[in-house]
Amino acid sequence: MNSLILRTATPLLSGLMLLFSIYVLLRGHNEPGGGFIGGLIGASAFAVYAIAEGLAAARRALVVPPITIAGTGLLLAALSGVISILFGDPFLTGQWWFPSFAPDMKLASTVVLFDVGVYLVVVGAIAGIAFALQGRE
Amino acid sequence: MLAATLAPFVLGVCAPMVRRVAGDYTGWVLAVLPAALTLYFVQFLGPVAAGDTLSFSTEWIPSLGIALSFYVDGLSLLFALLISFIGTFIVLYAGAYLKGHADLGRFMMFLLMFMGSMLGLVLSDNVVTLFVFWELTSINSFLLIGFNHDKSRSRRAALQALVVTGGGGLALLAGLLLMAQAGGAMELSILLADGDVLREHPWYLAILILVLCGAFTKSAQVPFHFWLPNAMEAPTPVSAYLHSATMVKAGVYLLARMNPGLGGTEIWHVVLMFFGGATLIAGAILALRNTDLKLMLAQTTVASLGLLVFLIGIGEPLAIQAAMAYLFAHSMFKGALFMVAGSVDHGTGTRDLHRLSGLGRIMPFTAAAGGLAALSMSGLPPFFGFIAKEWVYKGTLDGSLPLVLTAVAITGNALMFAVAFLVGFKPFFGRPGDTPQKPHEGSLGLWIGALTLAVLGLFFGLFSNLSESLFVGPAAIAVAGKAMTVDLYLWGGFKAPVVASIITVSIGALLFWQGRRASDALARLIDPIWGPDKGYDQFMDALIALARGVSGVLQTGILRRYMLITFLVLATAVVLPQLFDGIGVTFQTPPIDLLVWSVALLTLGGGLAVVIIRSRLIAIMSMGIMGIGVAFVFLLFGAPDLAFTQLMVETLSVVILALVITRLPVFGSDHRGPVQITRDATIAVAVGGALAALLLTIVGSPLDIGLSTYFGERSYTEAFGRNIVNVILVDFRALDTLGEIAVVTIAGVSVLAIYAITESVRGDKSADSDAEKTP
Repeated sequence: MNSLILRTATPLLSGLMLLFSIYVLLRGHNEPGGGFIGGLIGASAFAVYAIAEGLAAARRALVVPPITIAGTGLLLAALSGVISILFGDPFLTGQWWFPSFAPDMKLASTVVLFDVGVYLVVVGAIAGIAFALQGRE
Repeated sequence: MLAATLAPFVLGVCAPMVRRVAGDYTGWVLAVLPAALTLYFVQFLGPVAAGDTLSFSTEWIPSLGIALSFYVDGLSLLFALLISFIGTFIVLYAGAYLKGHADLGRFMMFLLMFMGSMLGLVLSDNVVTLFVFWELTSINSFLLIGFNHDKSRSRRAALQALVVTGGGGLALLAGLLLMAQAGGAMELSILLADGDVLREHPWYLAILILVLCGAFTKSAQVPFHFWLPNAMEAPTPVSAYLHSATMVKAGVYLLARMNPGLGGTEIWHVVLMFFGGATLIAGAILALRNTDLKLMLAQTTVASLGLLVFLIGIGEPLAIQAAMAYLFAHSMFKGALFMVAGSVDHGTGTRDLHRLSGLGRIMPFTAAAGGLAALSMSGLPPFFGFIAKEWVYKGTLDGSLPLVLTAVAITGNALMFAVAFLVGFKPFFGRPGDTPQKPHEGSLGLWIGALTLAVLGLFFGLFSNLSESLFVGPAAIAVAGKAMTVDLYLWGGFKAPVVASIITVSIGALLFWQGRRASDALARLIDPIWGPDKGYDQFMDALIALARGVSGVLQTGILRRYMLITFLVLATAVVLPQLFDGIGVTFQTPPIDLLVWSVALLTLGGGLAVVIIRSRLIAIMSMGIMGIGVAFVFLLFGAPDLAFTQLMVETLSVVILALVITRLPVFGSDHRGPVQITRDATIAVAVGGALAALLLTIVGSPLDIGLSTYFGERSYTEAFGRNIVNVILVDFRALDTLGEIAVVTIAGVSVLAIYAITESVRGDKSADSDAEKTP
């Protein structure tokens, strides 16, 4: 798309969107947010980038094919459930780790890992669909 | 115990690797495991013979009451020993039979996995575990029958076996679950301890029918007997192991196991005796009608299974003993005879009875095994088969039972006597026949198993007190569910059972003497009759025609049609319950609030614009306005997460639709005629109205805040999160989310696949090589 404003603003905008999506993902446990919403924001970042900079540039920015990202996310989410089996709990029971140096940190858990998996699935699948629809330039 | 059951699975997975290393000795290497398992089970013989039972349990899904629990009593131990002991020789035999076959490793994998499944089946105490192993045996049987998958006959036989036994398995699952509900326990040992609870339960008949469906399909009882002879397409080791010695006995095992809980009622006796007796006669007649060694043996297996069901149906102590003795004898002689038939086939290149004769000198070991096994099968003293047959007659002649039962047993046994001599003796005597290959004796692995099993048939006959105290006695007590005296002997004086035996042998000898004529006469009589095997084909053809018809109507490939059907179903599903339950719509006075009203007007305006405006681009944007209006509603009423998501979805919809616009003639106007518009409008109003009524009903009914309170209380204390929505998504109900993201991934892959297909159909690869690279 040949718009000077869009082309100038997009690298900055999509970078911020991506950062914001990760912020939304991580705050999700206590404030509005989470993997699903974060993933949607992340996917829009790439979709906007693809519209402004072209599909090839967007694919380069993503490094790996989007559907690989989705698959990795699904695997990660499933693995986070397997971890609890190793601790002797049923599949997908949340496991938490409270390190002694930061007892208030509530991020080191399989639940957050699961949410990261959700995030990656949504980013990968939606970006994949958006890229496919944009196919012909 | 868990390790013993799982070990064959683990070794099975490694079998192809073992084959690569061990080459022609694969069978000998792999046979170490079943041999070790045999020794492992032998150690239980002492305690079980003394009247003990052993339980082993490992948690699996404790919240559903599902455990990997195993139970060793006389019945399961007898089966476990047969499975592991015969399995040892079958693995050896398969190694020799398929020597040099490219897929020997894969074959051994399926065979060992089957062994594990079968062990699990007979040892399981938990009903769900039992069902899982039950279905695993069906699946492994499917894989083994279809081992020669380049032959269409094999594929048909494999699918047929899977459809019949798998379908029966589903009925069994329903039956077992009903049983667990009725008896209030998941463990068979608890359920069957007090059988009156099940027998007097109102669901008894339903449970019985469902369990019998599972047992009859698996054990090839009339009218499901047709799949077993077809399963002879499998390589002979499979026929000897799955389709005579072990898997097909699973149904008999199930009936024997259920006897203390479901048995003893009028209907149990009548149904089992009728179907068992019918199967006995039908199988024995079909066996004599055939001339292919394997098919003859397969049909006698059907007959023997019928006899076992028949005996369990009688249910008297002597009949139960007869069933266990016959089961023990049958596994030995039939396993041996199948291996002999396979060795003959291997050595001569044919299994046609008419072309085989005079092999005795060339194949001495195979001939010895065949002869000894045939003597046991025909029920001549001093073989164990004789004791088994004597007990069959003792069981049927017992007290008040009608004489017709004995007549049925004599008919079946006489026919099987003839078949035993035809299969076990005829190929080895007389002048050498004309065979495709020059006959030769097979290697050690090809005859050691058959000879061992055949000799054991003699051994256990001579030492009948050993078979009584270690195998038949404990098994019979387990089946009856109560103590009884078991006393097996070879000669009990010249009494009625001996007379029955003499009649059997006389008729059998006559049939053997006139073997060919009897076979031809039966062929003329039977062949033109419509049989369930043809019925199976007709059923499958009809099923496929129906499926084609239904998908022709539903799967038109036209998006508009799909949406039409989806919305019609939605409207019906929402309207019907409201019509039946009455419409409980209540209107609340809306709050006088400028903000709420403006959001409502914005949303409604967007919706109105979609309907009125003819330009598609503007219609799409109006939809966006509606969506954002809904997001505002969420925000106003305290659901920031939903509002957030809704906004993101709307934004992405705009982005994606913007991309679609470049490909579709979006600027075209509405091409629908007045009829179509009326139809679409009607459906739209129906769906919208139904959903609105449903929502108003829900809002009007009192709100149950139980769940909100539950999650509100536990969200932070148990899951360390304050955002309840997200905690539910990723922790409390994470399994649902896992399913949802799997769907999202599949949707993504599907879009890429459809895209790749349309691109390649257009042949337009140069314009866009980028997307093609995406897997």
